[in-house]
Amino acid sequence: MRLARYLNSGGAARAGALLLAALSLAGCADLGFINPAGPVAAAQRDHLWSILWWMMPVVVPLFVLLPLILWRYRYRGAGDYRPDWTHSNQFEVLIWGLPVIIVGVLGYNLWVETVEMDPYKPLPGGEPMQIQVIGYDWKWLFLYPEQGVSTVNALYLPVNRPVEFELTSASVLQSFLIPKLGGQIYAMPGMITKQNLKGDVAGDYIGLNTQYNGNNFTDQHFDVHVVPEASFDAWVTHVKDSGAPALDEKMLAALQVPSVPEAPDLFSTAPDGAFEGVVEQAMVKGTCGI
Amino acid sequence: MSDWYWIFGNLKWNSLVFFHAFESPSASEEIAAGAALMVILGGLWLVWLLTVKGWWRPLWRDWLTSPDHKKIGIMYVVVALVMLARAVAEAVVMRLQQAVAVNDPGFLSADHFGQLFSTHGTIMIFFMAMPFLTGVINYVMPQQIGARDVSFPVMNAVSLALTTAGAVLVMVSLVFGQFETGGWTAYPPYTGIRFSPGEGVDYWIWAVSLSSIGTTLSGINFAVTIYKERAPGMTLMRMPLFTWTTLCTAILMIFAMIPLTAATAMLALDRYAGFHFFTTDKGGDMMNYANLFWLFGHPEVYILILPAFGVFSEVIPVFSGKRLYGYTSLVWATMAIAVLSFTVWLHHFFTMGQSANLNAVFGFATMTIGVPTGVKVYDWMLTMYRGRLRFTTAMLFSVMFLVTFVVGGITGVMLANPTVDFATHNTLFLVAHFHNMLIPGLLFGMIAAMQFWFPKAFGFRLDERWGKISFWCWSIGFYVAFMPLYALGLMGAMRRSFEWYQPEFLPYLVVAAGGALLILCGLIALFVQLWVSVKHRDQLRVPAGDPWDAHSLEWMSAAPAPEWNFAVIPEVHGREAFLEAKRDGTAYLPPERYEDIHLPAHSAMAPLIGVGALALGFGLTWHIWWMVAAGFIGIWAVVIARSFVTDTGHVIPADVVQREHERWLELVRNTPAVDRGVEQQSENLGHAEAVI
Amino acid sequence: MSAQTDPLYPGMTLEAADRDSHDAAEPVIFGFWIFLMSDLLLFAVLFATYAAMSTHGQADAPGPRELFELGSIFIETMLLLGSTFTFGMASLAMKYDQGAGAVVFWMVVTGLLGAGFLGFEISDFYQFAVIEGAPPQASGFLSSFYALVATHGLHVASALVWMVVMFVQIAVFGLSREVKLRIMRLALFWHMLDVVWVGIFTFVFLFGVVQ
Repeated sequence: MRLARYLNSGGAARAGALLLAALSLAGCADLGFINPAGPVAAAQRDHLWSILWWMMPVVVPLFVLLPLILWRYRYRGAGDYRPDWTHSNQFEVLIWGLPVIIVGVLGYNLWVETVEMDPYKPLPGGEPMQIQVIGYDWKWLFLYPEQGVSTVNALYLPVNRPVEFELTSASVLQSFLIPKLGGQIYAMPGMITKQNLKGDVAGDYIGLNTQYNGNNFTDQHFDVHVVPEASFDAWVTHVKDSGAPALDEKMLAALQVPSVPEAPDLFSTAPDGAFEGVVEQAMVKGTCGI
Repeated sequence: MSDWYWIFGNLKWNSLVFFHAFESPSASEEIAAGAALMVILGGLWLVWLLTVKGWWRPLWRDWLTSPDHKKIGIMYVVVALVMLARAVAEAVVMRLQQAVAVNDPGFLSADHFGQLFSTHGTIMIFFMAMPFLTGVINYVMPQQIGARDVSFPVMNAVSLALTTAGAVLVMVSLVFGQFETGGWTAYPPYTGIRFSPGEGVDYWIWAVSLSSIGTTLSGINFAVTIYKERAPGMTLMRMPLFTWTTLCTAILMIFAMIPLTAATAMLALDRYAGFHFFTTDKGGDMMNYANLFWLFGHPEVYILILPAFGVFSEVIPVFSGKRLYGYTSLVWATMAIAVLSFTVWLHHFFTMGQSANLNAVFGFATMTIGVPTGVKVYDWMLTMYRGRLRFTTAMLFSVMFLVTFVVGGITGVMLANPTVDFATHNTLFLVAHFHNMLIPGLLFGMIAAMQFWFPKAFGFRLDERWGKISFWCWSIGFYVAFMPLYALGLMGAMRRSFEWYQPEFLPYLVVAAGGALLILCGLIALFVQLWVSVKHRDQLRVPAGDPWDAHSLEWMSAAPAPEWNFAVIPEVHGREAFLEAKRDGTAYLPPERYEDIHLPAHSAMAPLIGVGALALGFGLTWHIWWMVAAGFIGIWAVVIARSFVTDTGHVIPADVVQREHERWLELVRNTPAVDRGVEQQSENLGHAEAVI
Repeated sequence: MSAQTDPLYPGMTLEAADRDSHDAAEPVIFGFWIFLMSDLLLFAVLFATYAAMSTHGQADAPGPRELFELGSIFIETMLLLGSTFTFGMASLAMKYDQGAGAVVFWMVVTGLLGAGFLGFEISDFYQFAVIEGAPPQASGFLSSFYALVATHGLHVASALVWMVVMFVQIAVFGLSREVKLRIMRLALFWHMLDVVWVGIFTFVFLFGVVQ
């Protein structure tokens, strides 16, 4: 029968869709905040799943009832036919009430989580390490003022140590995201934004600029190395002793030229005021370069 | 600056896209040149066709200068379909590029890819979705409220002309120079003159400005029409749901397009005159742009979706053989959505570093939109409950919308949470989400509208077989194309990426590309359906005018409807006016007396303004100042000249109306009323047997 | 053909002397009110931008205190307020059928006042941009200032063009229904511009000088 065929294939399409969705969620490779390497990403993942579960009371009835209705009330089907039935107080209460309750719960949850997970709020676990981040076309500069080193496109973080990033951009709007650690914040010229993160699983991850900023936008990713505290200290010492160049005015000016570095660069200094200089420069004179 | 600057502005020989394909041949350049060639050949073919068939005069006399809302509506939809074809093709090219670009540059250049995602978004929103829904509203709404036309018929034609000029400008960018690469939102400072010095952003600015001015005028027109032109007895709470959603959309258009116009104007001042609204220096602030743009952008989402909601509220009851469940709830839900849509714009930039409390307020507001939307979904489901469902193509698209839209709603509620948004903003998760809202929530609605009202407009139904083929391609294609994007987004795959470095992404990207191809098949099937239906129109005719046993007033006339819509303005006594009339047996009764009908006269004003607007936009883009002056002065000269025309209407004598109307009534009497079981067969001549 | 039988539009009506035009006015005037609403929204957006830019967009260019002189602003305000009064007189002359002469007279006075306003405004702009070295290119604040004030000025200028067209139309058609409806709309437009100017005067100039 034609109708039956439509309905069956409709069911099949839906089942396929759900399967695809399930597959896509469960089968994610070990990437992204779904497989977190830090507490922020973990909290965001948990929040994501909790929303999914809380949505079930409103969406499951639809997914269950809709196919039943389509089948039962098909033309020449067995269902009773009441063309003038247009209102029912019970249903009204249900269809307004249920979403209101769910949104109430989810909204409360949203508020708590948003305040709790404010990217500007330091994470527990001691005094956060400061890192200043400058987005250039098409690379990232990381300054470690406490350690006195800087890097381009390589971010070393001690495991389990909270980090506070201060970000700005020396070009256009950019967006800073380390998928495995969660969180995302814009880096904007002439402005400073903040992001608190922590890595609690040692490993090598990828960091991104997710905001399109020209032809080499795709290349503007950086290596994130979450390493044990001792290795981190050893790395800092290594950078200082290895004869890496200082980050002087000339180097900073060179970074302004749009380019994609072949490999990460290391610098043996993190001059005071370099970050503020970029912010100031953008505000008054405009970003140079291009 | 060349010697020819005063004539050609910045336009040069090598602005022609072919020049690059010739000079430095590559796959990317050749695709661009091929697209340009298609635009030119398409144009030439059209000119040839019009000439050979001798259609120039009828085109001008019957269509371009026509103030008839029905014809304007049809022309809007034609623009939308042409632009849809281009934007879908672009999507397919982008998906293919991404699928082959894992640790490989693929076949497109980065710059070309940037233009593709920018034109794809710009076209889909401004030149596909907006004209499509404006066209459907234009065609249906005045008939649905029992009016002869919109309140300002010539202004209606001007809206169409402005929108079309914008669309043509986007098409022209395929041939001359480049489009911008900053996406459909064109965020400065990237789109400022310092970082995007070329003509691309200017194309975007002027195309979008023309379209947004046209849309503002449409909004005013629709709102006034609904407030002032309703048939006697049609109180607000008796208006069909589609008219209600039109009213809300019109209000949103009036309020929401202005911030966009202001934002594009300011961006233009930055670029042309060295102002500092959004530059990185001298106190410019791009955050203002983000606020202005999304102050438009979020209501825009509901401008797009509400008319489709209206379509589903018409299609589902008709094909359920039942009245709409929960009319009052649906009206309130629609109004609630329209109001709430202005309170959520900040959720497009939770990541801009504002305080947590502010993010929470906007996140919460966003989530509350889920309530009225959820209510609507249940209302449609309950409309089907205890009905007798007939699965025509229009109904299938509506049902698939329900299912798919709910999936998008789930991810929408997720994204309303700033915490989740931080992790997924700018990723493919977001891309999947808004396609998941707009493909079912806009496009399925518009396709359903086309299937549903096509017989009204042209007098014959669309072929159901090809319609269903299209339906399955669209539906399955949608899931195959976009479910993998959700997964990719959760894995940290960013949007607008023309190349990848994570081999893990490959299988997902390949599947998504397959889905895009399926969607392309769906689109092709839609065009085949049109062609097949025109070819077999004799078997699909429904001259009596009521092929679906429908409920609202627009069906109470012949198909296609006469120029004056109704011989006598109907008197409305209830919600489903035509259904009531059929039940009372008054639907096909001759009126007591006929009167002369005054209709607006044809006017060349709109097409002339369209040409002027195109000259203005093109001249501004390329700095051809004489063309700018000519376009600007031309437009206002036409407007002023028009104000001196006193003969702005023509009269249809009562006896002509009577003759036409009685011929139709006669036809209905002689047409056998058919049972819904043969609705999709050639026995259906548009006279429905009363079922309920 | 319309569902409504008694017109509801606000503002000065033609009911007293010309019932037919009064009835025809309803959808047109109503539509124009809606247009005015969207036009006001444009000003709202420009005001909001100005509010944001005047607090953090000054860069190293002159700010409102250094720039604004209330003297000529006061004269501009008086001219525009006066012109609203005279346009009111023109509308009354039309309403009570006092003849085209009276209508034209008051509209000419209005137009002269409006042109005077524009003259002072242009001289202000010249003073700011050229003599005091504060053109719109100097800072975000100045960009938003000129955009807001000049948008208002452009509205006034286009209203003046409209007025000239209306003089020609009165000459050609007399006070026909169409002409009357157009003058009614022009009047609304003119009064709205006055309201906007009161906003500009208060929020831009007074606040700017006081701060």
